[in-house]
Amino acid sequence: MNIIVLAKHAPDPESEINIASDGKNVDQAGLVYDINDWDRYAIEEAIRIKEEKGGEVVVVGVGSNCDDTLRKCLAMGADRAIKIPVDVTLDAFQVAEVIKEAIKDEKFDLILAGYMSQDVNNSQVGVLLAAMLDLPFATAITSIKIENGKITATRELEGGYQEEIELPVPCLLTVQSGINEPRYVSIMGIKRAKTKEMREVTLTPSMSTLEIEKMYFPPVKKAEMLEGDPAKIAEKIIEILKDRGLV
Amino acid sequence: MMRVFCIAEHRFGELNPLSIELLNLANTIKGEGSSEAVVIGKDVGKFATELSKFADKVWKIEDENLEYYNPELYNDVLMQLFGKEKPDVVLIGHTSQGTEFGPYLAAKLNAPLATDVVGVDVTDGLKVSRFMFQGKIMVDVKLKSLPCVLTVRQGVFKEGVEVNGEIVDSGISPSREASRKFVKYLEPEVGEVDISQADIIVAVGRGIEDASNIELAEELAGLLGGVVAGSRPVIDNGWLPKDRQVGISGKTVKPKFYLALGISGAFQHVMGMKDSELIIAINKDPEAPIFGVAHYGAVADLFDVVPELIEKLKEAKG
Repeated sequence: MNIIVLAKHAPDPESEINIASDGKNVDQAGLVYDINDWDRYAIEEAIRIKEEKGGEVVVVGVGSNCDDTLRKCLAMGADRAIKIPVDVTLDAFQVAEVIKEAIKDEKFDLILAGYMSQDVNNSQVGVLLAAMLDLPFATAITSIKIENGKITATRELEGGYQEEIELPVPCLLTVQSGINEPRYVSIMGIKRAKTKEMREVTLTPSMSTLEIEKMYFPPVKKAEMLEGDPAKIAEKIIEILKDRGLV
Repeated sequence: MMRVFCIAEHRFGELNPLSIELLNLANTIKGEGSSEAVVIGKDVGKFATELSKFADKVWKIEDENLEYYNPELYNDVLMQLFGKEKPDVVLIGHTSQGTEFGPYLAAKLNAPLATDVVGVDVTDGLKVSRFMFQGKIMVDVKLKSLPCVLTVRQGVFKEGVEVNGEIVDSGISPSREASRKFVKYLEPEVGEVDISQADIIVAVGRGIEDASNIELAEELAGLLGGVVAGSRPVIDNGWLPKDRQVGISGKTVKPKFYLALGISGAFQHVMGMKDSELIIAINKDPEAPIFGVAHYGAVADLFDVVPELIEKLKEAKG
């Protein structure tokens, strides 16, 4: 099983987020980058399949700053990496387009990606790539079984339901978080990663069909805030509950 | 003036109410154009009738092989329809189905795409509003050409007027076999506690930090006569079983009291608890979107507040 994994180097939504002075971008100061959480599950799944079935795992990253995430994937167990130093804010077409071009000479049985990115939350790149490559595909995958060149997978629906589906290879799957328990990077892994290939592919995407007009903090109705130290807050909560006959 | 097509969604014999919300949006942006629903399945007459109340036209695409949703076949029949009937805008629900076949359709139509849309403005071209960073940032984006494809968030476009349009049989059926096959549905996991029946829920999020801290929430829930539930990261990490998950992909709850501890308030979670009678949120991050849905909030560390709550509840009980 030769597997390509798409991994995004993405800011953590829990880090400090501010709007840049142009009002059209996020201020880079304060952002903490790491591998996109969904992609962490995708790379883990790929490595598990490789450990069971053999083959090669190639990780692909888009962005001039994505080295750390690619190195992390190599340290986890990917065999080599392809870096595409193109910076895209929002337009997933551009991302899918350059990935398609960068992997055109790769022989693969499966492409794995995360269901969405933790920063833009688009849920687009994987499916767009499947469309561009005319591959069978499925999203929000919660389990993968491979037997006799056929994939049986489950995908997440609403309300706790799932559906079981079958797909031929090659195909593209985007994985839902929680599909596995991603491993930690070991010291040995980090050492080994240094000797692994990271190839850079220079590409230029076509013109974007999207234009960001404005970025801003959403207007929200705010809760009535309870002030004071923890004891005071607890006291106020109990008062509220008493008023409603809940304690 | 635009032709706005809305792809309806149904499962287990029920129309997803989001399909009507898509039509509400279509009716507000169509101008002198039309709102047109498309409903795909094996036997969709009942859905077509429901949709026709809010659509100028309903296109039925019926075939034996369309009994179960399949993104390849959905794309196949929609491309046939759009080959003859030219859309300006295609609206799809931002659901497990819509996030799957929506981007695929956009690529095949070579159309600009925006996902998880919560606002649409057509005064000067077509502009959408959507969130980023799990609800912390909002962005207005212009789509530079039509046709375009939008996946739309549920619960935003609930208000609408009836237009009572016509139902048309498209005569379209799949032109190919799908390489992906539907096997079966899997029922939700059932555990010892049904959180959707609880009056009081102590819900924990990523802020609970570790499985060993669930005990703390259990103790508080015990004193309140409630149960412990969790948001997605808690379930993903295996700290609580799947049947305790609150949110779109888990359970929808409406307890008398919902205490959100260390939950940031991503949309997926909020949709599962926003109708609770009383919501109190404790989170270290003053920008956490959960404060937008809570009635009361405190910017504090749950590990400081929860022990105080436990102590005070014990005192009160004597």
